Amino acid sequence: MAKHDKDIEYVGDSQVPAKRVPNVAPSYDEYPGKTELFWPNFLLKEWMVAAVVLFAFLMLTVMHPAPLEQVADPTNAGYIPLPDWYFLFLYQLLKYKWASGTWVMFGIIIIPAISFGALFFAPWLDRGPGRRPSQRPVAVGTMLLALVAIVYLSWAAMAEHEATLAASGGGAPVASNKPPADFKAGEAYTKQVGCAGCHGANMEGGLGPALWDEGTRMDKQQILDMINNGGVTMPKGGMFQGTEEEKQALAEYLASLKGNK
Amino acid sequence: MIRKMYDWVDERLNVTPMWRDIADHEVPEHVNPAHHFSAFVYCFGGLTFFITVIQILSGMFLTMYYVPDIVNAYKSVEYLQNEVAFGVIVRGMHHWGASLVIVMMFLHTLRVFFQGAYKHPRELNWVVGMLIFFMMLGLGFTGYLLPWDNKAYFATKVGIGMAGQVPLIGGFITKLLQGGDIVGAETLARFFAVHVFFLPGALFGLLGAHFIMIRRQGISGPL
Repeated sequence: MAKHDKDIEYVGDSQVPAKRVPNVAPSYDEYPGKTELFWPNFLLKEWMVAAVVLFAFLMLTVMHPAPLEQVADPTNAGYIPLPDWYFLFLYQLLKYKWASGTWVMFGIIIIPAISFGALFFAPWLDRGPGRRPSQRPVAVGTMLLALVAIVYLSWAAMAEHEATLAASGGGAPVASNKPPADFKAGEAYTKQVGCAGCHGANMEGGLGPALWDEGTRMDKQQILDMINNGGVTMPKGGMFQGTEEEKQALAEYLASLKGNK
Repeated sequence: MIRKMYDWVDERLNVTPMWRDIADHEVPEHVNPAHHFSAFVYCFGGLTFFITVIQILSGMFLTMYYVPDIVNAYKSVEYLQNEVAFGVIVRGMHHWGASLVIVMMFLHTLRVFFQGAYKHPRELNWVVGMLIFFMMLGLGFTGYLLPWDNKAYFATKVGIGMAGQVPLIGGFITKLLQGGDIVGAETLARFFAVHVFFLPGALFGLLGAHFIMIRRQGISGPL
């Protein structure tokens, strides 16, 4: 049997000692430098930083609402997918010939396993006593190389994605392309409120590409196709309101727009 | 009054030692941006936690409206986005916060790495930090599918396709993630459960371990 300290008094029949611990903060006067208390001194300053971050964050959310595309449609063969930005480097890596197909072991196992494994076990790989970057050139150099590779791969994935979008027939959001000052959209277009929402009241573009010179890019049939089947962001058929004849007239009108020529 | 209430609770439960454990620790000069501006790099860890708290809170509010099935998921998000008061803000915070938390965590990891702060005796805390990193990536991946729009659906297909290329166990991983042969109803239910219960549960445990370790060891000294 263990010996009990008979002198300790408890609260009732509980295990809480009756002797109170004073609720006072310790002093760090003896510590080197300007050491200060975490609570409440430092936490207040930390909260000020957090408040600034929160404000910037709220501004971002108010100015850029979270995007919501059309409901998932597994039969939409034309959709060009893109993973979230922090997976792009891996996505891009697997596109290279030397890292996919028969070499997929490289792209999916060897390269990621070595890089993430090395990161995971960094304390055991980088064992020297020195902590300064100059004292551990291998670790710091490898990390810098990895950072460059990640930035490059993400950028390459984005560039390739944009190129594919542009090549897929222009449903992609395109910066507005101003029509000439004397340009006025025809009636066949202006009475279609649905079109103007994205392509602009005067065909100057917006979420969708400008249309005032659409005839230089598509002929009547392609335009009808786009209206009926939609594009990458162009909704399928639904935005057009009117008879089939009016749709034909609209496509013909759009195809006739050759810009300044 | 508050004093008395505190004493009443303290007499019965002896909470002062617990409270002093949380409140009392010194902040050395070299990590305090008030004394050395360059010490702002030490803020990234705290900011990661701050954004994580925002994610937890906004996520809790999102689940009040979100319906995890393929017929209603999109509609519920659309309703939340367009009809619910401040829904667009709450969803916006969760959407942008997901990216911001990755950014902050990345900066925090780089700070620890370049300062060599993972060295003896802090190896274990680095490993726990890496596990937190992977949990966050998992949360990002599973959360991306939930709105059930085209972007979500096709990005998830790509992601699962990537995992499926792993030799030998690729087919198994695909089945495990999808819950079936296609990305469909079971995948959404599964991703929802993983996003809302499994990963946050694991994340809380790891964060607790991360914080206990840093308190026990104290922050690494100046370079």
